[in-house]
Amino acid sequence: MVSEEYGFFIDPQRCIGCRSCVAACAECGTHRGHSMIHLDELDRSASTQTGPTVCMHCEDPVCAMSCPADAIKRTEDGVVHASQKPRCVACGNCEMSCPFGVPLVLPGLEQMLKCDLCYDRSSVGLKPMCATVCPSQALLFAPRHEVAAMRGSRPLREFQVGELLVRTRNAVMVPDPETPLHLDAALLLDGGF
Amino acid sequence: MAHVPTNAAALRAQFGPHLNLAPPGGWDAEPAPDKLVSTHCCFCGQQCGIKLKVAGNKVVGFEPWEDFPFNKGKLCPKGVKRYLQGSHPDRLTQALGRTDAGFEPLAWDAAMERTVAGIQAVQATYGKDAFAMLSGVSLTNEKSYLAGKFARLALGTRNLDYNGRLCMVSAGAGNKKAFGVDRAANAWADIELADVIWVSGANVAECAPITTDYIWRARDRGAKLIVVDPRITPLARTADLALPLKPGTDAALTNGILHLLDKWGLVDRDFVRDHTNGFEAALEAARDCTPEWTASVTGLPVAAIERAARMWGEARTSFLLHARGIEHQSKGVENVNSCINIVLATGRIGRPGCGYATITGQGNGQGGREHGHKCDQLPGNRDIENPEHRRHICDVWGCTDEELPGKGLSAQEIMEEIHEGRIKGLLCLCFNPLVSLPDSTYTREALEKLEFFVSLDFFLSETAQHADVVLPSALHEEDEGTTTTAEGRVVRIRKAVDPPGDARTDWEIFVELARRLGRGRFFDHFTSPEAIFQELRRASSGGTADYGGITYAKIERQMGVFWPCPTEDHPGTPRLFEGGTFFHPDGRAKFIPTPYRPPMEVVDADYPVWLTTGRVVFHYLSGTQTRRIGFLVQQCPHPYVEIHPRMAEARGIKDGDAVEVTTRRGTLVLPAKVVATIRPDTVFIPYHWGGDLGANRLTARHLDPVSRIPEFKVSACRLTPTTPDRLPPELLELRRMAAAAALLPERVM
Repeated sequence: MVSEEYGFFIDPQRCIGCRSCVAACAECGTHRGHSMIHLDELDRSASTQTGPTVCMHCEDPVCAMSCPADAIKRTEDGVVHASQKPRCVACGNCEMSCPFGVPLVLPGLEQMLKCDLCYDRSSVGLKPMCATVCPSQALLFAPRHEVAAMRGSRPLREFQVGELLVRTRNAVMVPDPETPLHLDAALLLDGGF
Repeated sequence: MAHVPTNAAALRAQFGPHLNLAPPGGWDAEPAPDKLVSTHCCFCGQQCGIKLKVAGNKVVGFEPWEDFPFNKGKLCPKGVKRYLQGSHPDRLTQALGRTDAGFEPLAWDAAMERTVAGIQAVQATYGKDAFAMLSGVSLTNEKSYLAGKFARLALGTRNLDYNGRLCMVSAGAGNKKAFGVDRAANAWADIELADVIWVSGANVAECAPITTDYIWRARDRGAKLIVVDPRITPLARTADLALPLKPGTDAALTNGILHLLDKWGLVDRDFVRDHTNGFEAALEAARDCTPEWTASVTGLPVAAIERAARMWGEARTSFLLHARGIEHQSKGVENVNSCINIVLATGRIGRPGCGYATITGQGNGQGGREHGHKCDQLPGNRDIENPEHRRHICDVWGCTDEELPGKGLSAQEIMEEIHEGRIKGLLCLCFNPLVSLPDSTYTREALEKLEFFVSLDFFLSETAQHADVVLPSALHEEDEGTTTTAEGRVVRIRKAVDPPGDARTDWEIFVELARRLGRGRFFDHFTSPEAIFQELRRASSGGTADYGGITYAKIERQMGVFWPCPTEDHPGTPRLFEGGTFFHPDGRAKFIPTPYRPPMEVVDADYPVWLTTGRVVFHYLSGTQTRRIGFLVQQCPHPYVEIHPRMAEARGIKDGDAVEVTTRRGTLVLPAKVVATIRPDTVFIPYHWGGDLGANRLTARHLDPVSRIPEFKVSACRLTPTTPDRLPPELLELRRMAAAAALLPERVM
């Protein structure tokens, strides 16, 4: 069991795009060589902003709702697990239905894999691998009550997706509106260009 | 003569770079680890703690080392994938001798004989100093110390220098002038306590990624962040104040700040009076540096300069960090001192949350620059020209003053003497000058003139391809020892596995060569890294970098020991300058006047664009190691040129187009990366590659007069759009390799 007290917080403002999370995820014993994390450059021509995506661990997982084989299970601690190998038919419904674009049906593997919050680690009191290595702690695994005091950004765990309100175990941190965001270097200079 | 064997394709097929994509045995083999070895990452000066998983004498993976206090388990992607350098198909496991066709394996004994004969032939004909040695500070303290002793007492040459010459020397010289000591003033814990953090010329997110979290933790408390850099780096993106100044104008900005601190009464007069010298002279040098003048030189708005001075001046606590951006200049030392001046003027140093540091770049950039690895230095950061210092070292080494050579030439000057034909022989290790020195066409010409060249390397680097003999050496994880981190914390490097085949640790090679050169009496007692460390302790004792009280056991007990640590009962010194006491004989710090002067090369009608170079997070220095690790190459397979959309548009360049970048030294053709995150008058190229992809084809051999660091960060260039067929075949090959790796059946790492 993963302690309910511990939340996973994704803070894109802090992300430096180093892909340490992507690299470390693939080292996991349960899915060796496969990274379950997506890290995207939002628009490199405009900004260095990058966005890490890990499974949000929905309270009522859309992937599980759409699974015809009942292969996707959520444990009581709120962790949504990768598909169960004997049941998964690799139909890809989960891939298409996930509002966050997380599950992957990998060619050749014929099974849906996704982030399970490093259950082998988090269920024994360790942090997930990505949140352990993340140099800027854009991926943070910490007691929920500490995070509010710790960070200027605010955790968001409800997402309106079309008509569906999705509540999640993991949180995306919404930046403090006071924090500036610099994009175009030319805009920081006095005319001249 | 040291020409590269002509068959480049055969050379690449044999020695790489190939990509190592998966752990030994592949991803499906997951051998139970025999042991977890708690050591440190080899890839930068932060020296993050990491546990290496070992199975069957191979490093097969890693575990975060969450108890190590500096990084608490955090690692950048280089750290995560560093284990893939071990069981690499390109590893050198035999000595090599150069033939007309390529390299042939040599038996160890034959390689040593050929090496000794080569050294002796050069020295017999041209004199001792005609044989030079270039070394590097990814080596442990033990090896760095031994390199210094080996050059002076085994080779008897004064011409030893190191690649810290391209890294830490401007900061070191500036720190010695101001403080009388060369070390980060504080442990990084003080960053978290600061109210304002000033970062000049440091791409922290990519070159010291873990430091990002220290800065953010201060910001979580409400700290303000000022970032000075021609590019909006990932850290600058969210800074309270981003100052994208013109390359090479750093001291103009900091002089302008000093001017305003004085004008607005924000100088801590009591601190300046009680703890420093030279304030008035420094202020006089900044007298005309009004915000308007500063704006005209730096290209920054007056309001931004005033805001920076206000934020810095009014802070209660602060931390200033800088790195190669300001140091890689022909006035690198002046830039450093101008930064120190605005720290000293506020008196915010030597207290909790009040600090200053350069961010050391190389793995052992701190420790490797302290123990006699430099052309003018002896262990303990002693001066090779100071008779007392020489006496101490002669006593420890058991040699006479006549046996101890004097001051030699710096790294770039050694290369120039080789080019001029005055230095004829070279021993090179842990240094890839053909990629990392400026003006690499010139460097190549120099290497081709060597009469005898021996290289110690674990992969056949671009430079080692010129060697007559290559001795296979050991990786970081194949030896015991210590390094000293950017914080000044001495940490333990642990051996995880044995070197493969005939590969040997550098210290064993030094000891054997010394013996064969008839100088064994100075080296025979070095039977282990710890034996070398014991002598290093005595040699450093009484110097500023005093390791006298540091033992391996104490490092492990305390998770590192901050020097100075003069006695075994001394806990070490995480924070320097407490109570405003500095290392100069009078205990006071010195302001150094830093009147602004332009870079050696400035833009003009022929070369109208500023060019600056630097690193990316996926590669380490000249790339000898990281260009062989699949995941890292996939993220950044080859260099490119960053161009602002306004400049690109004016020249008809679109993202991805081939662009010719030309300076007075040469031309590169690279793909354009059109990004708004750089000044519109400046372009940027990462420097981790050699040959037709080497940014240092373009850079100049202009040196700082004090530190002798080259001006990598400022050149003048011109840009010309060209056709894609002009992109170098090497670049296309790298692109193909990275793409092919990504298409491997689902296992992309």
